[in-house]
Order: sequence, then C-alpha cells, then structure tokens
Amino acid sequence: MDYTTLIQLLDSTVRFATPLLLACLAGLFSERAGIFDIGLEGKMLAAAFFTAAVAYLTGSAWVGLLGGIAASLVLAAIHGVASITFRGNQLISGVAINLLAAGMTVLVAQNWFRQGGRTPGLTGNARFEGITLPGAEALADVPFIGPLYAELISGHSILVYIAFLAVPMTWWVLFRTRFGLRLRAVGENPAAVDTAGVSVIGLRYAAVLIAGVLCGLAGAYLSTALQAGFVKDMSAGRGFIALAALIFAKWRPWYALWATLLFGLFGALETRPDVIQAVIGLKVPGPLLGGLPYVMTVVILAGFVGKAIPPRAGGEPYVKER
Amino acid sequence: MDVMPKWAEVVLVPLISLLLAAIISALVILAIGEDPVAATKLMVEGAVGSVRGWGYTLYYATNFIFTGLAVAVAFHARLFNIGGEGQAMLGGLGVALALLFIPWPHWTIGLIAASLGAAVFGAAWAFIPAYLQAKRGSHIVITTIMFNFIASALLIYLLNEFLKPVGQADPSSARFAPHLDLPTLNSVLTGMGIKASKDDSVNVTFLIALASAVAVWVLMWRTRLGYEIRAFGHSESAAKYAGINPVRITVITMLISGGLAGLMGVNTVMGESEKLLLNSTEGAGFIGIAVALMGRSHPVGVVIAAILFGFLYQGGAELALWTSIPRELIVVIQALVILFTGALDNMVRMPLERMFLAARLRRAPGPERKPAEPAK
Repeated sequence: MDYTTLIQLLDSTVRFATPLLLACLAGLFSERAGIFDIGLEGKMLAAAFFTAAVAYLTGSAWVGLLGGIAASLVLAAIHGVASITFRGNQLISGVAINLLAAGMTVLVAQNWFRQGGRTPGLTGNARFEGITLPGAEALADVPFIGPLYAELISGHSILVYIAFLAVPMTWWVLFRTRFGLRLRAVGENPAAVDTAGVSVIGLRYAAVLIAGVLCGLAGAYLSTALQAGFVKDMSAGRGFIALAALIFAKWRPWYALWATLLFGLFGALETRPDVIQAVIGLKVPGPLLGGLPYVMTVVILAGFVGKAIPPRAGGEPYVKER
Repeated sequence: MDVMPKWAEVVLVPLISLLLAAIISALVILAIGEDPVAATKLMVEGAVGSVRGWGYTLYYATNFIFTGLAVAVAFHARLFNIGGEGQAMLGGLGVALALLFIPWPHWTIGLIAASLGAAVFGAAWAFIPAYLQAKRGSHIVITTIMFNFIASALLIYLLNEFLKPVGQADPSSARFAPHLDLPTLNSVLTGMGIKASKDDSVNVTFLIALASAVAVWVLMWRTRLGYEIRAFGHSESAAKYAGINPVRITVITMLISGGLAGLMGVNTVMGESEKLLLNSTEGAGFIGIAVALMGRSHPVGVVIAAILFGFLYQGGAELALWTSIPRELIVVIQALVILFTGALDNMVRMPLERMFLAARLRRAPGPERKPAEPAK
C-alpha cells in the first residue's frame, strides 16, 4: 500500500468516524448522568432528515442544522419525559424513539417532497462543503507533510472540526467544571447529589438535551456533508455502532475518539477490499468486516479484555421519596 | 396492597395507553392531509374484510405471536431480549439448512425438522448473550443488540458465499423442494369448495404459534421452572435465597426466548418465501416488544396483541396500495404503542391510581381519612 492510498484510507476513516464520534459523545453525556440512551440512532435519523429538508427549503445548511437539532431535541425531550419525569423504562423508551424516527422521517418526507421518502438532492449553500484550511494549497506539493495536511487534515466540512473539538470540550466540561462533576455524580449516586441540594431531575434533563444537540450535529453531517440529501434509514445502524464505541471507550471522552476512529477505519476498509487484500494477503469479506465492531464490543463487554464498568446508577429512575 | 383492582391493571391501563396511541396516530394522519376515518375504514376492509385480508392478517400475526412470546418470556425473568430480530434471522437460517440439504419425504416431517432447526438456531443465538449476562454481567440489552447486527452480517456473508445458487445475482438461497410447501388456509378452503385467493399467506405455522402460546402459559404458571423464572424476575435476591440458581434461570429463560423467536423462521422462510431471503424478518423482532408490552407478557394478551398488529400490518399495506400514506405509518403506530404502553406507562397509571385511591377513601370514610390533599 502506498502513501497516497494510506492518506485516502485515513481520510475516509475520518468521514466515517465523525457521525460516530458525535453520537458517541451524545451517549456519553446521557449515560454518565445515568440515563441509558439506545435512541441515538433515532435522534440521528430525525436530525438527518430535518436538516436536509430545512436546508433544501431555505437553501441554507446552517438553518437546516438548526432544524435538525430541533428535531433531535424533541425526541430527546420525549426520552426525558418518559425516563426522568415518569420513571419509565429507558430502554423501551429508546426503542420507541428509534421506531418513531424511522417511521416519521419517511412519512414526512413523502408528504413534503413526494419522492418516495427522500429529500431532493442538496447543492451549493444547502450543503456543508469541505473547507480548505489556510496554506493547504501552498503545502500540497511538499513531500510527506503536504498530502497529509492538504488531503487528510484540510478539506473536511465544518462539522468534522466541530466533532473533533467536541472531544476536549466534553472532557473539560465533564472533568473540569462543577456541572460536570455533578453530572457524573448523578450517574453514580443520585441520592448523594439530591442530599447536596442539587436537582437530580434538572441535571439529567440537561444531560439528555446535550445528547440531543450532539445527535443533531451527527445527523446533519450524514445528510448535508457525507451525502447530499436524506434517504430512508440513512443512519444505517450508526447509532448502535456509536453505542458500541461508547462501551469500548469505557464512557470516557478521549477513548471515545480512538474507539470511533477505529470503528471508522473498519467502515473505510469495508469500502476498500483491495487494500486489505494487499496488506494482509487475505480476502476478507465485507460483511464480516462490517460485523467486526459488534463482535469486538461483545468481547469487551464480556470482560475478557479490559472490563468496561458502566455508571452505577445507569438505567435506574431516581425516586426521591423513602 | 394494590391500589387498583385487577381489571383496571389488566384491561383499563393498556386500553387507555392504546387509545392515546390511536389519538396521536390519527393526528399524524390528519397532519399529512389524509382522513383518519377513511384510512381506518380502508384498513379494516383490507385486513379483515375478505378471506385474502384475513389470510395476511393471520400470517403476520403468526410472526408476532412468536416474537411477542419470546420477549414476554424474557420479561418474566426481568430480562429485556431486544435480540428477537437476530434470533429470528438465525431461526430462518436453521429452517433453510434443515430443508436444503436433507430430502425429507413429506412436508409434515419437513415441518418437524424445520421447527427443530429454527428453535435450536434461535436458542443458540440467544445463548451467548445469556451466558455473558449470567456469568460476566454483560448487559443483555447491549449484547443482544450487537447480536442482531452480527446476525445480519453473518446472513449476508453466508447467503452470498455459500447458499446462493451459482449464477444467481440476488442474495437468496435455492428454493426448497415443492412438496415441502406448507398447506395454507387458502388451499384448505379451496379444497372445501370455498373460493379463496391463491396467495401463500397464513399456513399451518399459525397453529404452531397458538400451541406455543399455550405451552408458554403452562410453563409459566403450571411448572416449577416457570415459577422459578417468575420468582427470579420479581426479586433476584429472594430467588437466590430460595435456592434458585440465577445463572441457570437466566440461560434457560433466554434459550426458551431465543427458540420462540427462531420459530418465526418457519412461518416466513418455509411457509411464505419457500427459500431463505436476506430480510425475511422485516422488523418482526422489534414488533415483538410492542406485542409483549401490550399483552402484559401474558400469552393470551400476546396472541390478542399479535392479531391486532397483524391487522395493522395488513391494513397498512392496503393503505400504502390505495392512498399516498406510506407503509411507514405502521412503524409510527408501533412506536407510539411501545411509547405509551411501555415507557410512558406511569403517565397513565399514576392518575388512575390516584382516582382509585380517592374513590376507595370516599367509600370508606373513617377517622384516618386524610384531607383532600393530592398524593405526593
């Protein structure tokens, strides 16, 4: 494998990893506060559709992004009401949200655009185009560093840079602010937080809504940057891969970055079977590679390679009385 | 002491939840500019207004009885088996392997072999998550989700590499021998001289599904194992104290659950498509969750809920055919049913409990009667 191929492969790794990373961080906030979120997939899908639809109607990807985030927040609020206010089963609520998004996006898409559950193709300002970072063109001809900077680091959409910046931001919020300390505490021992006079319900709602915003960004990336428009079921299980990455990352922000990059690499390799064959000399079938993140997650969950311990109060509604 | 009488718990709460889901569904239909009353009429006509409609309604219901029972059995042990989809896929694979490579002389023997294959493969697919939950504490919801995706990847791989006949483009197996076709309701009716359609819809697997429902009832409420499963679900620590082995119960419950989900493959693969297709489960594993929630994890409730969802599925197909309402409306309705009967259960229950409590206090006024202060 030559250097150009490697850069290409890493470039598509970044593209595959970005939505996973955003969704993974979304799950991180929610689950660190003790709310299981298997509805990442649905929130992403809803955001993908509403971003594309609003971007198409207004001609602006940025207005579209707001629409997408709003849609994701509505689903996050439903999850909050069900699992925080009414102390329902968080997993069942997540299943409902995934199905709701899968059905509603097609229903609304068909009603608005009549193209069989998709939005019209997006062009120009309705998409988040790649940004050329300063100096990329000047450096492009420098050996080694040139392609690395011009091809791999420069040329992505703004959402990719937001996603990568979100990692240190998440780390800082969770581990260096009072809000973050309380948020983590509410996922471990909500009664202690309550005793300290801090609202458990308020913190958990905040976490769920932050997850909504991040899923909104992830969905917007799918339909306005990775592809040019919404197609039915376009999240294609990414929300669940993000969930797998979250476990892989043991609920930590920097690990989340590496985990999603690893799973992104699998995604990139799936589209380039020739590269795998050249490197390891074996023909690995695409479907098996696609299943690899899930298998690895099960192995990690089984605790054979570094046990992942979830937040202690995860999945349990907080009951104040008694 | 229970605040609500049993009938309210079993009938009233699900009915109100269902009503809420129906109202919101109607609003959704209104919002996309269609008439909910006309849509309902069309669905009723399409699903139960003809022999053909009934055939498909019951065909879908067969799938949902299996997956609903699978989720319900796991619920009794307080395990959430979200992997019915993957287990049903593997069940289909079991059916295909049993029928493709052994020349069974008659469909009855073939059916027994296929059922065994389906149940064993489905159970095997549930075994690993069950074992990991019991022994290593890996959360069964996450592992079963992962196993859904692994199942789908495995199926794509096997169909493309091994089961697909040489020279065929689409990923499906060879067709099973024609004499293994299961008798359908339509063929039985035609044999009796009643005019019916020629579709392969509901078949003898429906009877297996009903028998499974009875078997689950017997297991849960008339056997020692069922008692242990329910005891384990109510209180793990109490069950342990009573000498019930949690590893054994978790694994056995999930094997039964996976086997039931796998049996769905007999209906779709042997009964309907007569070959293994890539996506023969079509999300029925997830509908099982809605069915089990609505049926309150009781076999009778599951069968009723499954028939209702069969009606929705067939009616939804008719809607998509005759109006501009896409089939995905059914997915929305399904989501709302899961949301209201599952996640938002307390939203309906809390006010009802308060009402029953108030009514009881009014009936028995005494010195301990509290002033009309709202609960909490």
